[in-house]
Amino acid sequence: MSEKANFKYKDFLIENVLKLKSDKSEEEVVAKLNLLQRKKINKPVITVSINSSSIILGAQKLKTYIEEYLVDRNIDAEIIPVGSLGLSSLEPVISVQLPGKTRLFYKKVLPENVISILDGSFNNFIQEENILGQLKNDIQDTWEQVPFLDELAYFQNQQRLILKNCGFINPESIEEYIASGGYKSFYKVISKNTPEEVCDIIENSMLRGRGGEGYLTGKKWKIAYETPGDQKYLICNAGESDPGAFMERLLIESDPHKVVEGIAISAYAIGAQKAYIYIESEYKLAIERVKNAITQAREFGLLGHDILESGYNLEIIIKKGAGAYVCGEETALISSLEGKRGRPHSKPPYPATKGLYNQPTVVNNVETLVNVPIIIEKGIEWYKSVGTKDSKGTKVFSISGKVEYNGLVEIEMGTKLRDVIFRVAGGMKNGKRFKAVHIGGPSGGSLTERHLDTLIDYESIMLTGVSLGSSGMVVLDEDNCIIDMVKYFMNFMQKESCGICIPCREGTRRMYEILDNISKRPKDENGHTTLQRFKGVMQLESLAEVLKDTSMCGLGKKASNPVLSTLKWFREEYEEHIFERNCEAGVCQELRTFEIDVDACTGCTLCAKKCPTGAIFGTAKNAHFIVQDKCIGCGICFDTCKFSAIISK
Amino acid sequence: MLIDIEVNNKKIQAKKGETILETLNRNGIKVPTLCRMEGFTPTGACRMCVVEAEGKSGLIPSCSYQIEEPIKIRTHSPRVIQARKMLVELLLSNHPDDCLYCASNGNCQLQDLAVELNIRERRISGEKTKSNLDQSSPGIVKDPAKCILCGRCVRVCEEVLDVSTFDFYKRGNKTAIVTSMNKDLNFSNCINCGQCLLVCPTGALYEKTNLDIVQQMLSNTDVTVIVQYSPSISVSIADELGLRSGKDINGVLNAVLRRIGFNKVFDTSFAADVAIFEQSAELADRIKNDENLPMMSSCCPGWIKHMEQSHPDMIDNVSTTKSPQQILGTLIKSYFAQREDISPEKIFSISIMPCTAKKFEAQREEMTHKGISDIDVVLTTRELLKLVKLYGVDAQSLDEEMPDIPFNTRSSAGKMVSVTGGVAEGVARTLNYHLTGEELSDIKITKLRGFKDRKEVSVKIGKQEIGIAVVSGIKSANKLIAEIREGKSDIHFIEIMACPGGCINGGGQAFNNDEKTLKTRSKTIYDLDDKEAINVAHKNSNLISLYDEFLGEQLSEKCIKLLHTKYSKRDVLL
Amino acid sequence: MPNLEEILEKYPFVQRDNLIPVLQDIQDEFGYLSEEAIVKVGKYLNLPTVKIYGLATFYHHFRFIAKGKYHIKICNGTSCHVNSNILIINELEKKLGIKDEEITKDGLFSLEETTCMAACGEGPVMAVNDKYFTHLTIEKVAEIIDSYKSMEE
Repeated sequence: MSEKANFKYKDFLIENVLKLKSDKSEEEVVAKLNLLQRKKINKPVITVSINSSSIILGAQKLKTYIEEYLVDRNIDAEIIPVGSLGLSSLEPVISVQLPGKTRLFYKKVLPENVISILDGSFNNFIQEENILGQLKNDIQDTWEQVPFLDELAYFQNQQRLILKNCGFINPESIEEYIASGGYKSFYKVISKNTPEEVCDIIENSMLRGRGGEGYLTGKKWKIAYETPGDQKYLICNAGESDPGAFMERLLIESDPHKVVEGIAISAYAIGAQKAYIYIESEYKLAIERVKNAITQAREFGLLGHDILESGYNLEIIIKKGAGAYVCGEETALISSLEGKRGRPHSKPPYPATKGLYNQPTVVNNVETLVNVPIIIEKGIEWYKSVGTKDSKGTKVFSISGKVEYNGLVEIEMGTKLRDVIFRVAGGMKNGKRFKAVHIGGPSGGSLTERHLDTLIDYESIMLTGVSLGSSGMVVLDEDNCIIDMVKYFMNFMQKESCGICIPCREGTRRMYEILDNISKRPKDENGHTTLQRFKGVMQLESLAEVLKDTSMCGLGKKASNPVLSTLKWFREEYEEHIFERNCEAGVCQELRTFEIDVDACTGCTLCAKKCPTGAIFGTAKNAHFIVQDKCIGCGICFDTCKFSAIISK
Repeated sequence: MLIDIEVNNKKIQAKKGETILETLNRNGIKVPTLCRMEGFTPTGACRMCVVEAEGKSGLIPSCSYQIEEPIKIRTHSPRVIQARKMLVELLLSNHPDDCLYCASNGNCQLQDLAVELNIRERRISGEKTKSNLDQSSPGIVKDPAKCILCGRCVRVCEEVLDVSTFDFYKRGNKTAIVTSMNKDLNFSNCINCGQCLLVCPTGALYEKTNLDIVQQMLSNTDVTVIVQYSPSISVSIADELGLRSGKDINGVLNAVLRRIGFNKVFDTSFAADVAIFEQSAELADRIKNDENLPMMSSCCPGWIKHMEQSHPDMIDNVSTTKSPQQILGTLIKSYFAQREDISPEKIFSISIMPCTAKKFEAQREEMTHKGISDIDVVLTTRELLKLVKLYGVDAQSLDEEMPDIPFNTRSSAGKMVSVTGGVAEGVARTLNYHLTGEELSDIKITKLRGFKDRKEVSVKIGKQEIGIAVVSGIKSANKLIAEIREGKSDIHFIEIMACPGGCINGGGQAFNNDEKTLKTRSKTIYDLDDKEAINVAHKNSNLISLYDEFLGEQLSEKCIKLLHTKYSKRDVLL
Repeated sequence: MPNLEEILEKYPFVQRDNLIPVLQDIQDEFGYLSEEAIVKVGKYLNLPTVKIYGLATFYHHFRFIAKGKYHIKICNGTSCHVNSNILIINELEKKLGIKDEEITKDGLFSLEETTCMAACGEGPVMAVNDKYFTHLTIEKVAEIIDSYKSMEE
């Protein structure tokens, strides 16, 4: 990928597709585009999804197998890497397209399936076990008895604007991106619009920042545009850092040029000639692909000096994050870019007036920026027709946990939570009962069954006490414990707090301890520690409120969201843990109690030998018993007993 | 431009761009702060100063929030008080419960806040951060258990001193303040100046105390316990002893020290005269031979350590004359011991200094000969005050007394060494004498006075223009040295003091080092210079007899052996 | 292996904002940040070493001890957590006798907890150097570690 690519269609794409020069006949243009968009191909094309999820499942190896298959059989076909369709749990996904036929997608392809799948495809026979569907295409023959992709429940209930190209086009090819409509919006604004006009368009489209509080993006841009400065900066925040989200990662891996285009338009709108992409250093593939995209864009004259003779100059610089959740907060991110500890600063002043190197700076996240070329392309009115009254457009989530399909989903604002979980994501795994959905990672909150009909838009979600911040959506079933989940986030937060302001640093830690205490059995507790523990529980709520009220940055202010939302919606579960010392889901190990069924016990002594605290007593060949005061609920006896004599309560 | 704002339902006027806290303070409303330091840009880190503002969802920090438009504020609403209280409680939940044993007991902002906010029970408790007490340094003890991570020490050390010994370490619940690579203080680039102690709101940084051994020695009839006190002490502690401030209490101090039980009491100002005398002789030589110029002063041990580690290329430029403390220490165990016929081993020599770096200086290898240290123990001003209380001495009832013979005279120049510019002024006066055999026509060099961090003047001595520079605070020293490396050559003598303002603002001083106090201290010293008859070191009568009877000429072999020292490059992590 | 100076030369402009990239390059090359490296970077960028140390300890990715021959990354993302990865982490810690950010005495294994690896459907997930293991169970982890150990015997 790093070697200089040979761009066969460079001039054509720039002159006839972007600048719409009319020196070629319409037929010629369409024919070339069809080829580039793979609507009409001359030889078989096989795509392999190469992304973070698929690589873990062996996609690289798979690609080698396919290459060997083709060489062995002397078949002249193209192998192309693509990103992710979003269906992470069905990876590795491959597609096979024969000239004149629609493109077939196969899921969960293992090296051992390669021969049967490809043999089948080349011989008009579909391997049913792995088939996912075919891509509708009006100029090619369809396969019989293969569902169309957009008829699958997963796609049917989505509105894919952001993810449109993902998993379909080669993320390493600028030619495919331009052929499928890319960089048109960018060329349009730099050739026809002033920066103010672009700010106006975005403001009027009502696009709201997808990262934080849903502030109007165009408004923020205008402030930065209007504030005088020697240099202005646009920063694309691809830090993600929510420990359970992977949306930005897969999006960049699948359609890096769209991110570059979004950045380019936004930078133009605020008058920035320098833009940064702040991306986690662990996202190796995403970095590689976006780096490649920038190089290619520069090669096409879409970045650099005097872009396509518009007089506009822009450089995009990749900055790798070094692992800190707090750097998702814009002022902390700026500190990090300046080569300092990633500590946030009090706002005001806001970055839009005083940001990177004290210059006007706009920080937008990836999803926000990717919306921009779409708005320019489709127009304000069209964009405003998508979504609800105050929340326009779509929202992308990375959904995971106990649902059938883990991966990316993009839904129209205003879609019901229920539809996302039960239709798009295929419902609960293994027929378990839905318990909760956690939105927004460590800064987010959990919602319960009664919220399933809540519409996903900024206002409706806000009403439940949860904010539509990050893109992480984790679904929990009956086997999960809410306290344990909140404890996990609090533990994460106490480690990730920047450590500067007192409420966040000390508060998260105490809240974690309080939660930890209630998920544990009291150990040789005297009256004093009982009192301490009880006081802790009493303080949990007011601690959470003070954290929200006094913390310096968004991270601290939102750190108590998981606690506050679960205290509101899952109070019974807290009470059960506190008063009954019981964890229904059995997750809080130390709250479990065990007893020995005297009739079933053979007195084999195995459990007594394995018990780490010596809580099991008894003599050989006689029934044993457990001293509850000594038991720590580890369950080793339960796992050890061969006679099912140990009962978990 | 003035903006009408409303505070606690009362209308007041704020200046546009001013912080809420500044407005409040001007209007007599106090809001607690922990991380804030006068003269530094606010960080808004501790959140103690939060106030409620209409239309804002959260509370806002008054220290960093600038007023740009009318705003309605409540500074002590129940919500605000509750929040502040919780913040202090959170700090206390990670704080040792040993106030009674703490070095900062009674002088602790956290303690004060707990009282102010009426915290009477422990509502929040939990695991405390484990940490190690760092006692490795001879001057400063670091107790991370008491640290509330306000970051003041980090900022002083970086922004004022430009030494940067500390920084924040890790993050979240593991956040701490450490030296480079988390080494012990004594192996770090800390210069022991103690400025961090002055700003630490709790007992996380304090001086290594030597009171125990002093008490032991005071009750040991077998040894002669001798004390000397720095020229700055007698102008810094009048308040604390219940006397009228702004007065030099030299005489009373002698009496106090005798009541405590010291056998002999000396004023280091005498040795300061000796230091000036030797140093200016050295300078005169260098000027005559045009070598190793500019000569840099050597009285500040903080600066000396900094020079050895950061500017070893300047070693030859630094005067080899020992500091006044070390000169008097040497003289006590040689000249004085001989005179009184006491074996040096039987002398226990203590110095009281406004400085923690002096503790470091006293234990330098070069300051010990054949197992006998020039100075056995250094106490800070603060330790002296404790000693006074410990021995129940009532200073108010005492009459003035003289220091002991043979070091009981001094010039006002010897007194002036404790304030920035004072050494340079004293040296200039005596340099004139060394070079021309005459006195300066106008001995008062006002351009060398005042608290500016850098002062430069050219003085005509004989036919020569002598350039003199004065810097206080290592930051300005670093800047000047950089200029010298780049070729600045109009300077012959540089006085360098690590602490801004000089020893009157030393890291060992009593804790009230605000600007006004410093000005008073400085004025008291310069008043002496106006009032007194002997203003130059070389006219100090005891000094003259010391040279006549014992040392011989200035820079004689004996002088070199006893009064001079050497420096060497120091390898520490910078 | 290029030496430190070569890495520094890639950054001709002495600017503080080069600090993180320089440290990242050094760590990529040497596996960790040694005291020597920190001192050299300090000299090069004209920064006190404590500032570099303070910065580097702030960020999770920087390490100050070498990685083991087998560097194990265990995903501690939300989804792996709800799939009971704590049992896997416990097993690893027990089996290796080390915790997060530590290395075994023989230098064979080092352990690192990471955030989401983007294989949420396959959790718990871990990687040993560049090899991934999915759907982990206690037994599976024990086997994996044993197999690496036996490779060394």
